[in-house]
Amino acid sequence: MTARGYEGVDMLMEDAKERGGLRRFRRPERIQRREVRRLGTETFGSASVEVPSIDIAPDDPILAYFQSAPGPVDIDELELASPGVEGLRRSGVKLVVPMVAQGELIGLLNLGPRLSEQGYSTDDRRLLGNLASQAAPALRVAQLVREQEDEARTRERYEQEMRVATLIQQNFLPKEAPRLQGWEFSAFYRPAREVGGDFYDFIDLPDGRLGLVCADVTDKGVPAALVMASTRSVLRGAGKRGLDPGDVLQRVNELVHPEMPPKMFVTCLYGILDPTCGRFVFANAGHNPPVLRAASGEVVECRATGMPLGLLPGMAYEEKEVVVGPGATFLLYSDGLDEAHAPDGDMFGFPRVFHAVGEHGAGALVDGILDELHGFTGAGWEQEDDITLVAVRRASGTGDGDIDQGSREKGVPMRAPAEVIASFELPSELGNERLVMDRVTEAVAEAGVDAAKLERLKTAVSETAMNAIEHGNAGRPELLVQVEVERDGDDLLVRITDQGSHSEIPADVERPDIEAKLDGLQSPRGWGLFLIKEMVDEVHVSGDDEHHVVELVMHLEGADDG
Amino acid sequence: MDSGFEATARQEGEVAVIEMRGRVDALADGALSAAYREVTVDGAEAVLLNFAEVDYINSTGIAVIVGLLAQARTAGLEMRACGLSEHYREIFEITRLADFMEIFPDEPTGVVGATEPAGA
Repeated sequence: MTARGYEGVDMLMEDAKERGGLRRFRRPERIQRREVRRLGTETFGSASVEVPSIDIAPDDPILAYFQSAPGPVDIDELELASPGVEGLRRSGVKLVVPMVAQGELIGLLNLGPRLSEQGYSTDDRRLLGNLASQAAPALRVAQLVREQEDEARTRERYEQEMRVATLIQQNFLPKEAPRLQGWEFSAFYRPAREVGGDFYDFIDLPDGRLGLVCADVTDKGVPAALVMASTRSVLRGAGKRGLDPGDVLQRVNELVHPEMPPKMFVTCLYGILDPTCGRFVFANAGHNPPVLRAASGEVVECRATGMPLGLLPGMAYEEKEVVVGPGATFLLYSDGLDEAHAPDGDMFGFPRVFHAVGEHGAGALVDGILDELHGFTGAGWEQEDDITLVAVRRASGTGDGDIDQGSREKGVPMRAPAEVIASFELPSELGNERLVMDRVTEAVAEAGVDAAKLERLKTAVSETAMNAIEHGNAGRPELLVQVEVERDGDDLLVRITDQGSHSEIPADVERPDIEAKLDGLQSPRGWGLFLIKEMVDEVHVSGDDEHHVVELVMHLEGADDG
Repeated sequence: MDSGFEATARQEGEVAVIEMRGRVDALADGALSAAYREVTVDGAEAVLLNFAEVDYINSTGIAVIVGLLAQARTAGLEMRACGLSEHYREIFEITRLADFMEIFPDEPTGVVGATEPAGA
């Protein structure tokens, strides 16, 4: 880069400021080469200047020299073994003014010979030194701003992609329950993150039989979802051929095993239901056994042995059969249900699953199970694993309790995609939690939230935003708090993201001990997390090293469990 | 600096009333403590916190109230509250502030005679 005379320097600075600064000199370990940004000919107007780009390697000693130089440096006089210096000299650079901010070399102002052919005087150098010392911090800020914006864009893009991924995955799941005379199907699927590794499927077979799938890929999130998508297709393909369940799992296992990522596998229950007689033939690759409730209320587990899919080739799968009589119900489910933990560490477990099937099997089983689960985990539960429930009920055949095919159970798989009602960002200034609260209130005005729920939501939002601002973003106004408000069926979601690293909200946030506080044994503070969990129906916390996301969920319909 | 909060103290018979206005959060500490000191100097038997003009209480505000209540208990002074909205009443309940501060619907009922100091 060259600039001839003062005019060139001015234009250089203007240009640099406008374009967000000279290329940033980053730490050596992060990049391979450093390139002094080339200044195009257009800057000089009519003077056409061929300006080569000058590369300076990160370990070139000249950089350390520049970083600690007290002022402009005469290149010609340097005695330093440095390819960078050679490069600068070859390009006709005579004087280099390092731009240093906070001890870090941000850029270089490279000047060619003065137009007047004289050397750079002491005054010149002083002027240039002042210029550089003023420009450097401004440049640094511009670089930081750009980095921030890049990060924000990347984050936005990531989140947008996750939203799309969620929608795509929803498309993989059955869009409606099978319609079979005398049978009622109900399903529920909720991933722990934006996408999950569970899936279920209904496969229409020739001669009116129905294939039922309930499967679980190890782990959760994007890796599991990718394996889920592919396994589902393979399973569907094999199932469609109408083969017996044991054969289907055997073939699927052979097909998925070669491509299964290390340490991953898929548990799967596959069965075929003959709706005319209630015969259900099934095979199981390591998945939770279905639970069958007879019309009498007796509950049994339907076990068949087999290894999970994708672990080992050449596996065989035992086939078993049960009869689902009139008035009977059976449940397929994933271990997100039985492995759910309550705040005190207790696990939901199989006994509760059986009990719930026994209790609710005659009616709305999926709803009943979800109620039991929410009662067990309490409000503010962070879902640990993907949850899938598929309930199948046969009409009792006595004419009473005729099955309504258009079941309005919460669990019917038809899901409209979540609607984003509002999305905004605010600087992390103390007090902005109220602004977040106000804007969320505005956003949900149309949603018809009853007054008491709205007040609770406002409190939870304000507290969550306050944590994001003061803790996650350490009260730094240049960091942003991102807020999204979504309507997902009967749920209102408020998602608040800060740039602190992910940390779990302890599952067991106890009611703070006010007596200890009144007795002076504890600080009077510490009410925030407790209030958040008490005010909304669910709290989900997620994130990574650079983001902390808290999602508040308010159920709009149904019983108030606040 | 506008903290968005004001507190004024006055005596209503045996009960000192601290009338608050605005937001009860961490910034309210100064004004609220000052009002409290005023009433203890005047020698009241009970203090009624009037929240009728308060439109916002957050967790740091709860902390301020708890701190004040702790001082009152140490001084043997009964603390009461009135003028809370349904929502903030609920918050007083779940935080158990309501177990240590009697809640009255309004000021007239709240200033009726001092009873035995709350809590113990």
